[in-house]
Parts: sequence; C-alpha cells; structure tokens
Amino acid sequence: MESLMAIVIGILFSIGTYLILSNQMLRIILGLSLISHAINIMIIVMGGLKTGGPPLLSNSDRGFTDAVPQALILTAIVINFAVTAFLLVLSYRTYKKHGTDDMNNLRGNEHE
Amino acid sequence: MNNLLIFPVILPLIAGLIFILLPKQIRLQRLLAIITLAIVTGISILIMNQVSANGTQTLQLGGWQAPFGIGLVADMFAILLVLTTSVVAFCCILFSFQTIGRNRENHYFHSLFLFLITGVNGSFLTGDLFNLYVFFEVLLLASYVLVSLGGQKKQLRETMKYVIINILSSAFFLIGIAYMYRVTGTLNLAHISVRIAESGQDGFITTVAILFLLVFGIKAGLFLFYWLPGSYSAPPAAISAVFAALLTKVGIYAIIRMFTLIFYHEPEVTHLFIGILAALTLILGGIGAVGYWDINKILTYNVIIGTGFILAGIAAFTESGTLGSIYYLINDMIVKSLIFLIGGVIIYLTGTSNLKEMSGLIRNHPYLGWMFFIAALSLIGIPPLGGFIGKIFITRGAFEAGYFWLGAIGLIVSLMILYSIFKIFMNAFWGETIISEDEEKGTTKGVMIPIVFLTVLTIGLGLGAELINGYVELAVDGLLNPQMYIDAVFGGNEIP
Repeated sequence: MESLMAIVIGILFSIGTYLILSNQMLRIILGLSLISHAINIMIIVMGGLKTGGPPLLSNSDRGFTDAVPQALILTAIVINFAVTAFLLVLSYRTYKKHGTDDMNNLRGNEHE
Repeated sequence: MNNLLIFPVILPLIAGLIFILLPKQIRLQRLLAIITLAIVTGISILIMNQVSANGTQTLQLGGWQAPFGIGLVADMFAILLVLTTSVVAFCCILFSFQTIGRNRENHYFHSLFLFLITGVNGSFLTGDLFNLYVFFEVLLLASYVLVSLGGQKKQLRETMKYVIINILSSAFFLIGIAYMYRVTGTLNLAHISVRIAESGQDGFITTVAILFLLVFGIKAGLFLFYWLPGSYSAPPAAISAVFAALLTKVGIYAIIRMFTLIFYHEPEVTHLFIGILAALTLILGGIGAVGYWDINKILTYNVIIGTGFILAGIAAFTESGTLGSIYYLINDMIVKSLIFLIGGVIIYLTGTSNLKEMSGLIRNHPYLGWMFFIAALSLIGIPPLGGFIGKIFITRGAFEAGYFWLGAIGLIVSLMILYSIFKIFMNAFWGETIISEDEEKGTTKGVMIPIVFLTVLTIGLGLGAELINGYVELAVDGLLNPQMYIDAVFGGNEIP
C-alpha cells in the first residue's frame, strides 16, 4: 500500500511541477495546489497506513493508528485553502490591472 | 511553566482582531496598536530578566507535558529577538501614522501589521516544528496582504511572485516535517534533538537538514534571494522597513535554531554548506548593492548582505562566531529598519527613488542627513556603533574555525556596503540643493521621532555593549549547549 501511495505522490508531484513551469497564472496556481495535495498524502503515508484501530481506549487491543499526521494535514489543508483563495483573488486583480496572465509579461523592467 | 510567554503572541492577535471590528475608528486603532506593542515590549523585558535569573522559561499550552503538547520556549536568544521585534515594530508603526495614508489604514493595515507581529513573535517562541510552520504561515499571509495593499501595478506583480515562491517553500517545509516525523516520530524540537542524538545523524537526516536549510534559506534570503529585491521594494517605507527588519530574520532564526539544536552533529557537512551559501550570498548581494542607482534596490541588497554575515558567524560555529551573529542580528534588525525608514523619507521628500535625480538634501534636512550617516556607519561596522561588535566577532569566529576565505569575503563585502551606502549619502544629501523646501513632495514632520529613537538604539548598542553582553553571552551558551534547551523543555520529566 505504501509503495502504491508513493507512486501516486510522485505522479502528483510531477504534474504539479509541470504546471508550475508553464507561464499562465492559473496553471501555476493549480500546480501549487496539486503539490500541496501530494504533500498532504505524503504526511499521511509517513504516519503509516492501516496499522491498528482508532486511537480510543476501548479499542486498545489492536494498537493505535497514529493520529498526529491526521491532525497535521487537517491544519495544512486549512492553511492551504486560505492561501489558495488569496492567491486566486490576487491573480484575478493582477490580470485585471495588467491585462495579461502571462508571467513572462510580468517581469516589470520595461514600464514605470 | 510561565504564563507570561503567551502574551507576546496573543496580545497582538487580540488587538488585530479587535481592529477588524472597529474599521472606522482609525485613531483608536493607532492608540491601541501603540499601547499593545508597548506592553509587549515591557513583557519581553520582564521575561528576559526572568530568563537571565532562572534560566530558560517554558509554557506547555493546555498543561500537556512535553513532548505531547505544543509548548512555547523562551531561551535567551529567542527572547532577545522578541524584544527587538517589539521595539522595531513600535517604531515602524509610529512612522506609518504619517506616511502610510488613510486609504491603507481604512483597509485593515493596523490589523495586518499586528498579525504579522503575532507570527514573528510566535515563530521565535515556539518549541514545536509544526507550530513553527503554522506561525510562518500566519506571518506570511499577513505579509502577502501587506505587500499587495494599495493595489498598484508594481505591487500586484511583485506579490504574485512573492506568494508563489513562498507557497512552494512552505510546501517543502511540510515535506521536511513529514520526513522528520517519519525518522524521529516526534515534532517537539527538543524531543527531535534527543532522538537524533540517540540514533546519530546519518546521511538521511543530513539530507533532511539540507532540505530545511533550503526552505529557511528561501525565507531568509540566503543565496535563494531572487524574489527579495522585487517584493521588498514594492510596498511603502513603513512596511518594507518592517519586512527588512523582521521577515528575513525569522528565516535566519529558524536556520540558527535548527542547526544549533538539532542538526549539530555533522558540522563539517551542514555548517560548511551554510558557510558556502553565506559566502555566495555576500558576494552576490554586494554586487547587487554596488550595481544599482535606485535607493530601494540598494537597501534591499543590503538586507541580503546582512543575511550572509549573520549566517557566516553560524557557519563558523565557534563561541565568537555565534556571539557575533547574535550581536549582528540584533543590530541588523534595528539598523535595517532605521535605514529603510530614512530611505523612505528621502523618497517621500523627493518623489523619486532614482539617486541621479536628487541632490543636496542636507541643507534643508541636516538631522536626517546625519542620522543616515550614523546608520550607514553602523551598517558598515565602524566603531563605536552597534554593527562593529557583531562584525568583529563574526570575522574572528570565521578565522578561528579556519574559514579564512569566509572572513576575507566578509571584509571585502564590507567595503562594498561602504561604497553602496555612501553612494546614497553623497548623491542624496551632498551636492547642490536642487529642491527647495516648498517643492518637496512631503514633510519630515512626525516621522523623525521613530528615526531618532532607532538611531539612539544603534548607538546605544555599540556604546552600551557591556550592559547587554551578559544577556548575549547567555544566549550563546544556550545555543552551543542544546542540553540546556532540552532540560528546560522536559523540566526533569522522563523523556519517552
């Protein structure tokens, strides 16, 4: 199971990297979002998959699943959500103001 | 257990939240912001004295013992930075009243500023790796909005790059945390340190250490600083001053904390790598500072040089090197905010940031000119000002550790700082006065108080070094003996 998840994470990472390397804003944002998802899955896998029951005292006979990675990705997802929302609004404003969503045209040496 | 520790984190947070509820009461917001930061400064001094009397203070939140709960840890190094942060933030917000503009104040500038301080203080005080990530995000999210607040073309463009790069580096931070959790099974910094000391720092852990170095290096502007000159010159002076003084320093703090508390077993690999990156940062920053004719650009490249210096001292990893780094770090926070504020006033007066279009400001503004001169000398490291002590100990530390090349590069780059800063001084303040007092785009009324205050501080840091030396030596002790930090966190409890 862990090896399979490792491959999934690798695929998500490569798609994310490919998207970040393009020059359209929206693709970059989607790429960042995919990489964040890949990392969330990675944190879960790092805690070990399917070993033991829920961390409740009544289920103590099978050993516990590690709850910490789940708490971690919950926090990471919320933060990622807020940052992505901000980034989407920001990219929309930038697009409106500059009239382009091409990062190559946002170098900013020519004007001003 | 010391409940005072929560206040530097939670007071700015509460104040910022209250400001959101009072969007129209700008005067009240200003007053509350000042009071909050003054109280935080007072509390930091109080904690500092407790730390110096009773050793490292900790607070296990919710009463959960380490390593199960998330704790705040104030050793001398952290609390010195919290204190400097509060003082610098106090001065920058005082400066912002005159310069930031009503429009930004109506759009939650004060809230965002205090959230930023929350994140910075939290990052300094936290004793948990994941909590460090959360506080990083708090301060980064506030900084994203502060850079883009105002919505000018340049700001939006630079914020895009700033945000994208920081999200990516935060992603790598999470990868590092995931690996760390897999290897050690814990996220408490002290506990990680114990576990790694038990198992030994093998090749894998060293690789994770380098990953962390790259993550914090992006935030600190260590070698991977390509985003910094653009985004730090976009916002107005009060904001860029607080960024220059605090944001990169959080990254530097994280590097110092990680590589003195956790990854200290293989200095010939990791610390040498830090040294090489610091040397490259110094050289590239120096070239950038010398090459530009724009005040903002010159000053931002000086921020990068400062990062190089501080980490050169850490790379040496000797007592003098670390001592120098801490002195330099504290002075750099003060003097960078000072010089950014003065640079902001110059731009404010002349309406341009191009050095070739200004001249002779010293005739109408003698005090501003001489204070810039003092700040410049302190930045370069001329005795008896604050920058001197840091620089001499860093150089000595580098020589002691046998990194002669690092010390030499540091000294050569000091000359580059001298050239770049005096380029500003000679072009902006000397020469024929081409702009009369009536033609000036702004006034210096009301902005001189924070500038004078910061100037006095940097002089005081040099002349009164003897007074704070005891505190700084304690901080060095704490950094070089990780056991002190670990003992304070676990407080005699059994380490699982």
